[in-house]
Amino acid sequence: MTQTTEYTAVFTGTTRKRLDEILTRYPTKRAALLAALWMVQEAHGWISDAAMAETAEVLDLTPSYVKGVVTFYTMYHQHPVGETFVQVCTTTPCDLCGAEGVVQALLEHTGCGELGATSPDGKFTVIEVECLGACGFATPVMMNEDFIEDVTPDKVPDLVKKYS
Amino acid sequence: MAQQDLVTLTIEGVEVSVPKGTMIIEAAKQAGIIIPHYCYHPGLPIAGVCRMCLVEVEGAPKLAIACATDVADGLIVNVFNDDALAARRSVLEFLLINHPLDCPICDQAGECELQDYVFQEGRSGTRYEDYAKRFSPVEDFGGDVLYVPNRCILCTRCVRFMDDVAQEDVLNVSERGDRAFIGIHPDKDLGHEWAGNVVDLCPVGSLISKDFLHKARVWELDKTPSVCTGCSQGCNINVDTRENVVVRLRPRVNLEVNRYFMCDTGRLHYRWMNRGDRIEAPLVSQGGDLTATDWDHALAEAAQLVRGSGGRAIALVSANASNEALFLTKQLLADLEVTAAFRVPRVEGEVPLVGVPGLALREERAANAAGAEALGYKEDFDGALRAANGASLVVVVDDDLNGVSEEQLSGAANLIYLGTLLPDVARRASVVLPIANVVEEDGTLTNRDRRVQRYLQAKAAPGMARPAWWVLSELVRELGRGEVCASAAEVFAALADAEEPFHGMSYDNLGFAGRAMAAAGMSV
Amino acid sequence: MGYPHKPHEKETVVLSEYFGDAEARSYDGWTKRGGYKALKTVLEMGPSDVIEIVKASGLRGRGGAGFPTGLKWSFMPKEKSKPHYLCCNADESEPGTFKDREIMRWTPHALIEGCAIAQYAIQAEITYIYIRGEFTGPLRVMQSALDEAYERGALGPDAMGSGKRLDMYIHRAAGAYICGEETAMMNSIEGRRGNPRIKPPFPAAAGVFGMPTTINNVETLAAVPHIINRGPEWYKSLCLGNERSVGTKLFSVCGHVQRPGNYEVTMGFPLGELIDDMCGGVPSGRTLKACIPGGSSVPILNKEETESCILDYEGCVEKGTMLGSGGVIVFDDSADMVYQVMRLARFYAHESCGQCTQCREGTAWTVRIMERILAGQGEMKDLDLLLDLSHQMTGTTICVLSDSCAAPVESGIKKFRDEFEAYIVGSREPIMAAAG
Repeated sequence: MTQTTEYTAVFTGTTRKRLDEILTRYPTKRAALLAALWMVQEAHGWISDAAMAETAEVLDLTPSYVKGVVTFYTMYHQHPVGETFVQVCTTTPCDLCGAEGVVQALLEHTGCGELGATSPDGKFTVIEVECLGACGFATPVMMNEDFIEDVTPDKVPDLVKKYS
Repeated sequence: MAQQDLVTLTIEGVEVSVPKGTMIIEAAKQAGIIIPHYCYHPGLPIAGVCRMCLVEVEGAPKLAIACATDVADGLIVNVFNDDALAARRSVLEFLLINHPLDCPICDQAGECELQDYVFQEGRSGTRYEDYAKRFSPVEDFGGDVLYVPNRCILCTRCVRFMDDVAQEDVLNVSERGDRAFIGIHPDKDLGHEWAGNVVDLCPVGSLISKDFLHKARVWELDKTPSVCTGCSQGCNINVDTRENVVVRLRPRVNLEVNRYFMCDTGRLHYRWMNRGDRIEAPLVSQGGDLTATDWDHALAEAAQLVRGSGGRAIALVSANASNEALFLTKQLLADLEVTAAFRVPRVEGEVPLVGVPGLALREERAANAAGAEALGYKEDFDGALRAANGASLVVVVDDDLNGVSEEQLSGAANLIYLGTLLPDVARRASVVLPIANVVEEDGTLTNRDRRVQRYLQAKAAPGMARPAWWVLSELVRELGRGEVCASAAEVFAALADAEEPFHGMSYDNLGFAGRAMAAAGMSV
Repeated sequence: MGYPHKPHEKETVVLSEYFGDAEARSYDGWTKRGGYKALKTVLEMGPSDVIEIVKASGLRGRGGAGFPTGLKWSFMPKEKSKPHYLCCNADESEPGTFKDREIMRWTPHALIEGCAIAQYAIQAEITYIYIRGEFTGPLRVMQSALDEAYERGALGPDAMGSGKRLDMYIHRAAGAYICGEETAMMNSIEGRRGNPRIKPPFPAAAGVFGMPTTINNVETLAAVPHIINRGPEWYKSLCLGNERSVGTKLFSVCGHVQRPGNYEVTMGFPLGELIDDMCGGVPSGRTLKACIPGGSSVPILNKEETESCILDYEGCVEKGTMLGSGGVIVFDDSADMVYQVMRLARFYAHESCGQCTQCREGTAWTVRIMERILAGQGEMKDLDLLLDLSHQMTGTTICVLSDSCAAPVESGIKKFRDEFEAYIVGSREPIMAAAG
């Protein structure tokens, strides 16, 4: 997917102020990179090449460096995603407790059809992720920043409705 | 180095003493052992990631990487014991599971460290049966560089070179795990003046030269140590020739001059060496026309001209001519009142390799200006040219006379031209003597730091062309001013005797690293 | 408290006492429960005295390695010539482990206080609490607790009126298991790819930003205020016989059990009792098959080993496994061990940073072989190959992610070989499609 609209800068106004505050926490500008990328994602929903260039600029880094970092961390989106980004844990403990059924139910009820794809209405993208760190609350599902525990296939329809 | 700064250890049964802080991989070189490695390179920061240089350090709980393990007194290092060999064999196997076996079409074949070490220590078959290998298309990284990701072993030498040595963050490692690859800046490429070094640094055929692409199999190449003539830095190089044609220039290690690197301008500055439009026979003027003749006749004619000249003579020499040629030119004209000059083409703006202090593509685009100066030549080409009017003799040595007009030379009684090509203005010469170019002869050049460095003949000169030192030495003999010299080494010996800045130097003691001229009775 | 369940009578509740108690999350609520007393006490002592107390308590790192905490602190330079840092490892990502999440969620001030004490002891001005990006809830709770601690003067330029500077910041991660490895975490805090660093230099000499640094796990730090308040002798007395493993430990139990959750027991507690008595055992009608006692990176135990395993550092080693992070994954007889081992290998292949050859290529290759076996296309020699690869992936790389992939593979094949062979000889139906 390519960007068709003009790029809107992230680090202006209050966001810039927030970044400046974060910069005071570290001895280097580089150290604020992860936080800055979170702000970009919060503003744009994903991290485009243009956003990487802007981030590089404000932190005295290069776009090449920023890209290396962005692609290392799986939570940064390198492509636009649905309005609600759904992450389902399917690592061993959750797999033992039926995570696969939760995944199938989510794919069906969101209309995404397959993993990584965005639903035709643009509302959802569902992906499988490795351990979300809530193995005792299988199966945990993240709906954007909301962390939902103990999801079972029968709870999925209501859950999807809530975010539709 | 003081005694207490040395530590003594045993590597494969050989006791070596090395400075404290040396890594095992370097210490092993003293024991005559190259420990197989990929990510390690002495010109780059240590990464420790390829895990190829695993060796046994007796008493340590695990194998250690030789590139990042400090020497210590009494260490016993085993490079070729079963565990170390098994570990390295395993690294090779892991590297090969995704590496295509396309050696027959890979330019790196023959100088590939993966090929070499697999041959040396690898297993004969694969256990990675029937699985698809990783595939990504070839990418043009700009400059002279192509990236073939399928062959990449993620050693990160290229990334570290660009980050830490060139200090231009253009490359990165993108993604992670077995999806990782070398990524490039979205808006920049490897157009950096020094970026071509990543091709040499790449231990496999992942980063390859577009210029050299499919030009030759490297085992067909003859390699000759030489010195780059692209600028006054004097980077040490190897000239690679195939069937008498220069096909590639690559840096040759010299820690004092260029470490492991050379710039792209120098690297690609070789096509002129293969020009076909050379002067291939001595020419003498007969009734205004230049006519081919043999060396005896041409030398006799030239000597006669020198002998018959009186008063003022002009020497216009190239700042790329060897110290030997410049020395003999002086000898040749010793009895005359000589104005001897050279010129240096300049390009504004040095291009430094930031991470290596003292290394840059220099503004002066000539290799021996310092040598010419040391031998008494002045950088006043135009002044000398003006003085040519009314002079009895003008001798041109290897200057291409570019920008010089017929009128500027017509006021001189006689012109002797030594060169590789025949520019129009040189057609009025009485004698034209064809000489070899820098890769066709032995000689020395003096770089901007007054370091005298040897270069060797890499290919044959065309036709009857001879090294300038030979031509000039024959003329000097013809004039009865000296013994004939049988080799460039002999010329240099005479030069070193006669010229104070070169005192004490010889081809033997210059070796292939060169020596700096004495600044105050000291030599490096 | 065996959160989310009521505490079991066999638990020794120290860290988990206020799990589920929302009031304990606030500054006032926490001080009412005895909070910040320890920090006040400590700020009146010399830093090295604090280290001595922690040394004397016998506290060992709860993140996985079990290194003595006081000893680790003592590696920091005594004479301070440059900034020191404390990093709190809240990147809890080890499959099977979810204890730090609960500590942060319910008792954020316990962690802040523990960090402050450690920070003071190692003479660090700044603590970075490195929280995994997915922990949005704990992140919110920790941030508001931190804000409150600043407002109330417990932290800041004049912490608790002591004149000491104690600053503390949250560093939100962004999805990389490997950043739980301490040197990878330091790179991540510096805004780099989370690649582990070669050691030496060790963090106490040159850690984050090249400065002396100590990295401690959440659970380790949360235990510190209790040790200060109740004394090292008390902590040492929490012992079931093995004096090298003392104190309480949170075990996260998950997988095939009736009551998954966090259970806090004294070190040396029997694993069998934890599973059967506290967690209600495996679902009814099922029998126990296997257990991973210390998070997915440690070797798998079979039924007999599980039933006789003692939960402390040495007890686990005795059974050929490790206590690790205390993430207990239980498998009943319905579990397909071949598939589960493949699933774990896939986790490590996904999380490998890709620096070291053996790990980058070995984890992915292991997955491919396992998938082929599950597709019914494996051969007997594949098992030897897997074991050989695992052997070469152990102890040969910068960090232990590669070893962690090898551990379940090696132990899985060793202990459940018949299940692997069943796929190979065709006595078991393939469950995966053949891959290229």
